[in-house]
Amino acid sequence: MSRAAVPRMLLRGWAIQVKDSSSFGFFIMSSLIEPVIFAAIAAYMFRAGNRPDALLYAAIGAGMLGVWIVTLIGSGQALTFLRHAGILELLIVAPVPFVLVLAPITLAAATVGMYSLAATLVWGWLLFDVPLGVEHPWLLLASVPATVIGLGMLGMLMASVFVLFRHANALTNMLGYPVWLASGFLVPVSLLPDWVRPVSWLLPTTWGAEAIRTSMIGGHPLPAIGACLGLAIGYFALAALTVRHFERLARQRASLALA
Amino acid sequence: MSVIEADGLRRSYRTSTGVLRRRTHEIEAVRGVSFTIDKGELFGLLGPNGAGKTTTIKMLTTLLLPTAGTGRVLGYDVATETARVRASIGYVFGGDRGLYERLNALDNLRYFADLYAVEPRIQRKRIAEVLDIVGLSGRERERVEGYSRGMRQRLHIARGLLHDPPVIFLDEPTIGVDPVGSRELRTTIAALSAAGKTILLTTHYMFEADALCDRVGIIAKGQLLAQGSPAELKARVADRTVVEIEAHAVTADAVEKLRRIPGVVAVTLDERDDGQLLRVQSASGLELTQTILARLGDARVGRIATREPTLEDAYVDVVTQGTRS
Ligand SMILES: Nc1ncnc2c1ncn2[C@@H]1O[C@H](COP(=O)(O)OP(=O)(O)OP(=O)(O)O)[C@@H](O)[C@H]1O
Ligand SMILES: [Mg+2]
Repeated sequence: MSRAAVPRMLLRGWAIQVKDSSSFGFFIMSSLIEPVIFAAIAAYMFRAGNRPDALLYAAIGAGMLGVWIVTLIGSGQALTFLRHAGILELLIVAPVPFVLVLAPITLAAATVGMYSLAATLVWGWLLFDVPLGVEHPWLLLASVPATVIGLGMLGMLMASVFVLFRHANALTNMLGYPVWLASGFLVPVSLLPDWVRPVSWLLPTTWGAEAIRTSMIGGHPLPAIGACLGLAIGYFALAALTVRHFERLARQRASLALA
Repeated sequence: MSVIEADGLRRSYRTSTGVLRRRTHEIEAVRGVSFTIDKGELFGLLGPNGAGKTTTIKMLTTLLLPTAGTGRVLGYDVATETARVRASIGYVFGGDRGLYERLNALDNLRYFADLYAVEPRIQRKRIAEVLDIVGLSGRERERVEGYSRGMRQRLHIARGLLHDPPVIFLDEPTIGVDPVGSRELRTTIAALSAAGKTILLTTHYMFEADALCDRVGIIAKGQLLAQGSPAELKARVADRTVVEIEAHAVTADAVEKLRRIPGVVAVTLDERDDGQLLRVQSASGLELTQTILARLGDARVGRIATREPTLEDAYVDVVTQGTRS
C-alpha cells in the first residue's frame, strides 16, 4: 500500500465508523440523553459554592465521564462486537496490518463519546445556567481532537487486551467510575491520595479534561494537549504489540469467528 | 506452478464442556489434507456437514494456523507470509453476516476498498464495476439492513472482488439464495473463472459443482477421499443404475433391508418438505424395482424413476465407502 493511502484509510475508516455508531440507538441514548444527569450532578454539587467557574469546571468533568464510558464500552467490546457480526475475519484477512484497521474503530468510539461532553455542556447551559465561555477558541479546537486521539489509543490497547479475557464485560464495567475519579473530573488531581497520582498522569482523560478546561475557563492548555498526544504515541506503540499478539493467538485458538 | 497448495494440512480444535468441572477435548477437524489447484482452475471441495471444508479454507486464507502441514498460495506460506497471501486472495463466505448493517452498500465497499489497498484514484470506478458484476447497481445507496439474503450475498462477493484478486475462496456462496439468484451467482462465478481467476469453492449442491468445477475433491471426517474432474468421478459409478422413489413413512429398518439386497451399493433417504426421497444405487443391468418395493413394508410410494448416475451419486458412493471403513 502506498504511503499516502494510509492517512486516507485511517480518516475514512474513522468517518465510516462514526457514521455507523451514530445511527446506533445505544450510543444516542448514552451520548445525548444520559448527559442530562451528568449536568444535573455537576449543577447540584457546585451551585452551592456560587462560583460560575466551578460550575463549568464540574460540568466538563461530568461530561468527561460520558466520554470515558462510551470509549470504554465502544473499545473494550469492539473486537467482540466485530466477531459477533462476522466482520472480524474479513478485517483480519485484509492485507493492511490489523493495528491500522483497529485504530479508526477506537478513535471513532472516542469521537462519539465526545457527543456526551457536548451534550452535558448544552444541557447544563439550558437547564442549569452553566456559563459557557471559551477563553482560547483555537486551543479548544486542538484540545478536542487531542483528547480523542489520546482516548482512542488507550481504547485500542484495551480492545486488544480485554478480548483475551473471558470476563471482559465485567472488567469494562469495573473501570468506569474509578477512572473518572482518578482523572480528576470532579475533584482536582492534586487533592487525590498520592498513590493515585501516577495513575492519573497515565490517563489521557486527565489531560484531555485539563486541556478542555483551560481552553474554556482560562490557563495554559498546551502542556495538557502535548501530554495527550505523548500518551497517544505510547499507547499506540503498546497496542501495536498487543494487537499482533491477539491476532497470532486468535489464529491459534480459532477465536476470530463464532464456532 | 500450482497456485493453491495444501500439503498434509491438519487442524484440531480444543473445546471445553461443563461449567464447574471443565473438561477439554480435541476435535480433529482436518486430518492430513493434500491437494493442488493450478492457475485458472476452479476446484470444488465437497463433503458432508462438519467434514472440514471451512476449516481447510480458513487455513488457506490465513485465518487459522494449521496444527501441522503447510499451505501455500502463489508460493507464499499461509502461516508465516500472511501479508503476501492476504494481498492476493479474495474471501467470501455464505450467509448474511459480515456486513455493516447500518451502512449502505456503497459505504461498506468504500471501507473495504481502503482496507484492501485499492488505489484511491481507481476506487470509484472499481466499486461501480463490482456492483455491476454482481448486479447490485442502482441499489448501492440503500442500507444493508433492508437487503434480502441474496442481495447480501452479492454484496459479499462484490467486496471479495474489490482488489481484483487472482485467487478467490468461496465458502458456500449460494447458500440460502433462491434458485434464480443462485443461477445468476453461478454465472458470475463461471465468468470469474473464465477471466482466469483461480477459485476454491465449497458447496452442498452437486449440480452446482458439476456445472462449475474443473475438478472436485470429496472430503469427509477431515480426510480427502477422492479427487478428479466431475467426469472422472462419475466414471466411478458409470456401471450403476439409480432408482429414485418418492415415498412417505420409509423407516430406518426398511433402509437397512434395502442395503442387504445383493447388487445394491448405496441407499440414501432424504427427508423433504413433501415427503421422502429414496435413492438406491445398484449395479446396472439388475431389475431391482420390484425387490425394493417388496422390502419397503408399510411405506406409501409415489413416483418411481430409474436414471443414470450423476455427480451426486458418485459423491454418495465416495462418502459412504469412505466413512464406513
Ligand atoms: N471454532 C471451532 N471450535 C471447535 N470446533 C470447531 C470449530 N470450528 C469447527 N469445528 C468443528 O470442526 C469440524 C469441521 O468443521 P468445518 O466447519 O470445517 O466443517 P464444514 O465441512 O465446513 O461443514 P459445513 O458443511 O457444515 O459448513 C466440525 O466437527 C466442527 O464442529
Ligand atoms: Mg463450512
